[in-house]
Amino acid sequence: MGTVVATAPPQSRPRKLTAFWRDGDKISHLVTFIFAASVFLVTVFLVYELWIHSGLSRAKFGFSFLTGTTWDPNTDQFGALPFIYGTVLTSFIALVISVPLGVGAAIFLSELAPPKLSNACTFLVELLAAVPSVILGLLAIFTLVPLMRQYIEPFLKHTLGDLPLFQGPAYGVGYLTAGLILAIMTFPFIISISREALLAVPREQREAALALGATKWESTWQVVVPFARLGILGSIFIALARALGETMAVTMVIGNDTGIHTSLLSPGYTIAAMIANNFTEATGDIFLSSLVELGLVLFALTMVLNAGAQLLIIATTRKGSRQD
Amino acid sequence: MRRQMLWIAFLAVAATTAASAETINAAGATFPAPIYQKWFENFHKAHSDVQINYQSIGSGGGIRQLTEATVDFGASDMPMTDEQLAKVTKFKVLHFPTVLGGIVPTYNVPGAADLKFSGATLSGIYLGNIKKWNDPALVKDNPGVKLPNEDITVVHRSDGSGTSFVFTDYLSKVSPEWKMKVGANTSVNWPVGLGGKGNEGVAGLVKQTPNSIGYVELIYAVQTKMEYGSMKNLAGNFVKADFNTVSEAAAGAAKEMPADFRVSITNAPGKNAYPISSFTWMLIPDKIDNATKKKSIKDFLAWMLTTGQQDAEGMSYAPLPKSVVAKEQKQLALIK
Repeated sequence: MGTVVATAPPQSRPRKLTAFWRDGDKISHLVTFIFAASVFLVTVFLVYELWIHSGLSRAKFGFSFLTGTTWDPNTDQFGALPFIYGTVLTSFIALVISVPLGVGAAIFLSELAPPKLSNACTFLVELLAAVPSVILGLLAIFTLVPLMRQYIEPFLKHTLGDLPLFQGPAYGVGYLTAGLILAIMTFPFIISISREALLAVPREQREAALALGATKWESTWQVVVPFARLGILGSIFIALARALGETMAVTMVIGNDTGIHTSLLSPGYTIAAMIANNFTEATGDIFLSSLVELGLVLFALTMVLNAGAQLLIIATTRKGSRQD
Repeated sequence: MRRQMLWIAFLAVAATTAASAETINAAGATFPAPIYQKWFENFHKAHSDVQINYQSIGSGGGIRQLTEATVDFGASDMPMTDEQLAKVTKFKVLHFPTVLGGIVPTYNVPGAADLKFSGATLSGIYLGNIKKWNDPALVKDNPGVKLPNEDITVVHRSDGSGTSFVFTDYLSKVSPEWKMKVGANTSVNWPVGLGGKGNEGVAGLVKQTPNSIGYVELIYAVQTKMEYGSMKNLAGNFVKADFNTVSEAAAGAAKEMPADFRVSITNAPGKNAYPISSFTWMLIPDKIDNATKKKSIKDFLAWMLTTGQQDAEGMSYAPLPKSVVAKEQKQLALIK
């Protein structure tokens, strides 16, 4: 496009230029293309950087980095498995709690609550979503952790103590507490986005269901929610992404123990927490390189889980369309 | 037009202010950052042409940036290793101790106060060999204190830190088992325990968890009025950490100080020397090409060793003993 302007005769340049500007199609195409490409470029650059700077660690450990369970900076032995395990486990606990809670709340706010209450609640939910994670982490240390140690964990041990999931001393910090704080952090996202998706369901859908003799709940559960499922699933993926990458709040309550434990009450570690804890003071090239490789692993983990989520969407959409 | 004029005026002002003060960039340890900031500010007041910017990015970061020569000097809570020094090719790194810090054991044992620990009991607890508070070894060191028959919850730092380095360095010196199994570093593979992020994270966990033990910097314990225990030193006395006992550890170690000041003063000799003490260092290149910068940095170091030291106690740091100051003043001549 630059050449067109350059070769044009001087007197006609203003007219052509204005025409060019007025006819915004080309420009908008170019500008938006650059913007869209930047997302791709940033991602590629990120992976490239992580790949280059983790070279030492990849060369030394190879794939055993993913299966190694020792993390010892003094002997330069680094294995990522405890952190992968902790990341997946805490995110899973978070979603198990926040998905039913979030989707249920969204259904109430969009379908059943009076508009005034719904708006007020939505405002609060959005406020909650904006609370910085370090604040939630501090709150967790001073309120959630003592609660867990004194009441919830002894109760779980007392009632479900025969299961391997609820054994060991009740420290108050650990996988379960980290999962809980992640649930608190992610459910505002689920509510907020799911509510928007539910509100976007056309009125006719509800009216048609009601006209066929469905009760309010039947129309909500069998017509409105399936119609909005793409939006609801989207909200869950955003929640998952946030849970996987969350750093500050988790490291404050997970106990930071580099072992792998089956008990949810045990202290553990996540990938993001390990990087945040050790990056500034990492001495030794292998140590630093291993931390970068952990970042790469987190990136890959997020990609894999997201891809899995996309497949899930495709699968459920097909199923949905057949029903329709 | 007027806007353009404003921009030109703004840029002109910015350019002249930048030229009038020589800006020196430094980066490194977080532990001494408060007193460094105060020093740089006070020094700037006395010498308006010298401006030192300090980024407290951590000791590891300080060493890395100095190695890559992206800062004029670095700062670290642990001396550089031979391996790290070998990577610096453009110049040699001089270590200047600036102030001292101590690490104290802090605990939460209902009904017990003024606990005493020795190297053997502390390493035993952190190795997981001593599991109960009423372990015979602990009872022996604490006559008259009623220690409960409860499990010890061990708390350590989860983030890499100079504090952990000094603590594990001490444990390595007093316990061969610790040295073999764990070793000393800014972060290690802890055999037992919960990790808390930062001094505040460790303090928070200890405060909330009955029958727990942790370690924090002396300054942090003093400022937050935490209770902390005494440590048995090399001379066999139980010593509580304060500015005097920490300074005495430095004086005790000064007699055998290597010429490059790269020395650990944990478990130092001296009747009242506190055993878990450490220097913190400024890392200065021995060759500074820019003559103004060289003069400014030398002036600052000379000032820091004399006038600057008076600020230490007010900010809860232990000042350098005179014998160490005298040795450092000689080292100033090596900056060329």
